Amino acid sequence: MRTDRRARIAALAPLLWLAAFFVLPFLMVLRMSLSDTAQAVPPYAPHWIGFGQIREFLAGLDVEAFRLLWEDSLYLNAFLTAIRIAGTATLIALLIGFPLAYAITRAPKSWQNLLVLLVILPFWTSFLIRVYAWIAILRPEGVLDRVLITIGLTSEPLRLLNTETAVLIGMVYSYLPFMVLPIYAVLEKMDRSLIEAAADLGAKPLTRFLTITIPLAKPGILAGCFLVFVPGIGEFVIPDLLGGSETLMIGRVLWTEFFSNRDWPLASAVAVSLLAFVILPMMLLRGFAGRKETAR
Amino acid sequence: MSTQRAAGPVRSSFAPWLDPGAKPLVSFRNVRKAFGAVEAVAGVNLDLYPREFFALLGPSGCGKTTLMRMLAGFEEPTSGDILLDGKSVLGVPAHQRPTNLMFQSYALFPHMNVAENIAYGLKQEGLPKAEISARVEEVLNLVRLQDFGKRRPDQLSGGQRQRVALARAIAKRPRILLLDEPLGALDRKLREETQYELVALQEKLGLAFLMVTHDQDEAMTMAHRIGVMQKARLAQVGTPAEIYEAPETRAVAEFVGDITIFEAIVTKVEGEVVTLLHPTIGTIELDDEGDKPAPGTRVDVGLRPEKITLGFTPPHETVNRVEGIVWDIGYLGDMTMVQVKLADGTIVRVGITNRTRRSERPIGWDDRVWLSWDIEAPILLDGAS
Repeated sequence: MRTDRRARIAALAPLLWLAAFFVLPFLMVLRMSLSDTAQAVPPYAPHWIGFGQIREFLAGLDVEAFRLLWEDSLYLNAFLTAIRIAGTATLIALLIGFPLAYAITRAPKSWQNLLVLLVILPFWTSFLIRVYAWIAILRPEGVLDRVLITIGLTSEPLRLLNTETAVLIGMVYSYLPFMVLPIYAVLEKMDRSLIEAAADLGAKPLTRFLTITIPLAKPGILAGCFLVFVPGIGEFVIPDLLGGSETLMIGRVLWTEFFSNRDWPLASAVAVSLLAFVILPMMLLRGFAGRKETAR
Repeated sequence: MSTQRAAGPVRSSFAPWLDPGAKPLVSFRNVRKAFGAVEAVAGVNLDLYPREFFALLGPSGCGKTTLMRMLAGFEEPTSGDILLDGKSVLGVPAHQRPTNLMFQSYALFPHMNVAENIAYGLKQEGLPKAEISARVEEVLNLVRLQDFGKRRPDQLSGGQRQRVALARAIAKRPRILLLDEPLGALDRKLREETQYELVALQEKLGLAFLMVTHDQDEAMTMAHRIGVMQKARLAQVGTPAEIYEAPETRAVAEFVGDITIFEAIVTKVEGEVVTLLHPTIGTIELDDEGDKPAPGTRVDVGLRPEKITLGFTPPHETVNRVEGIVWDIGYLGDMTMVQVKLADGTIVRVGITNRTRRSERPIGWDDRVWLSWDIEAPILLDGAS
């Protein structure tokens, strides 16, 4: 009985954590998104005064900010751009990350830990510094241009900085470890005899890869894609530093609304929409896929 | 000293290895395999015949699995040749060899159900759908899992998984089926049942089986012939009875079954009878059909526990007997293993069949007893030099 209650209290801890650091802030953002801008501190109205004025408070809330989001195509376009760029970055990260993870599992056992360490090594340097480093590499007459011109691959500067390509490079670079690690984890614990069994049953190398390796690596591939795609959509620093004015991703819009325009309700509405229309559906989908996986 | 009289039971007249005209199905020709500096297989010559059930028996790390994996195509020999149906298979990748392996871990594909697992190999051959499902049905019936096609491997018991692995391997109708410790993961009761099932299946299919095992009971009950592998070499190849009753070396004798080994000196050779002298036992006489050692040489002589008679009074004969005291008694149910300590400290293991439920005079610790044996009981072994 006692241990039963203790177990229940232990199970409560993550719920409390979720409530304190996710649900509560989210409710605050949601309430902000339903407010209007005002000359006040903080810059929105109505303010919560107390339970006595709850009627007036609720009457002051409206969906004005969401209406604005819907009516101005700028926001929808920024959403779509973010999804497109994050999606492309995820795909590229997968195409680089899977072979990388696969190669690590194929390396001699004594090398594997070192190789994994190399994958996560960039985390030991500040993210911001690494993105700045890319500016030095990509800017006209920068490191990349000079190298390419020296070895004669190009005579003109590439002018990569402030383009969507630069954003993609920055995102793939920054999020690659998040793709590699979960895929490595599933490939590493995969029973090698399954591949041998497939070979023994007459499957050619490519068939073995497609019918055994890929399906069994699916949980890792899915996890990696989510870990790159979800933060990629809301990414602000990389498009701001590496992208041009035409790469308008939703994260940048949010930042501008919040800090430059001081339109907190609109910024909050962007955040809520991002969560409600992109991330939540994906999480539900993933949860559903996961349940199906365990049920099978 | 080998090839004693046809000792022990004979399963049938099946013995193609004695027929010089018989064509082997598989031939290992001086096969060697080294992993870096470690020699896993050191020059193995072995012929396997169609319809034969052959067991490679040895302790772990003796190279038996490596030898089998070379036939499957997972390892290439460092030197030597492997022939299948008279043709070399060197350089032929695993997926093109007409062999199928039943893995020790079963290696069932967890993302496919039982029927899909079995169909996997057939699909690779590009067989028509109807034939694939017919063959899947057929092998599922063969292993008595006809209602389990839709189950996934993790919904099966260990014994059922073992049968699925077997079904998947035989569905391809290989020239030879390779079994890597096929019963290793089963509990004892199930293992015994499955042994007989496997033998029955092997005879029914008329398929050659090559089994790798470290379990001598398994090898003995199932195989036509056993190859005992020790330290990367084939120490002896023979029928279970030959391996047990006429081991050629001390190492084989000690690995297969229980045995007590004495060092003795040859004093006289007269026809088939070899007379030895042992400091404690005195004269040992034995009957041996093989090459006789010259008088004066030191030899190893082995005695199996069940071939020794235990008594409380001295036997009439003055040879092949020795006195000792009971050192330990191990009651095993069907038999009792008595350890008798001789004057020189040697422990002799004696097996007594418990034929009656209560014996007239039970053996007790520290009893003085006499051990004696037949002239045909002692095994003359190589290895003393």
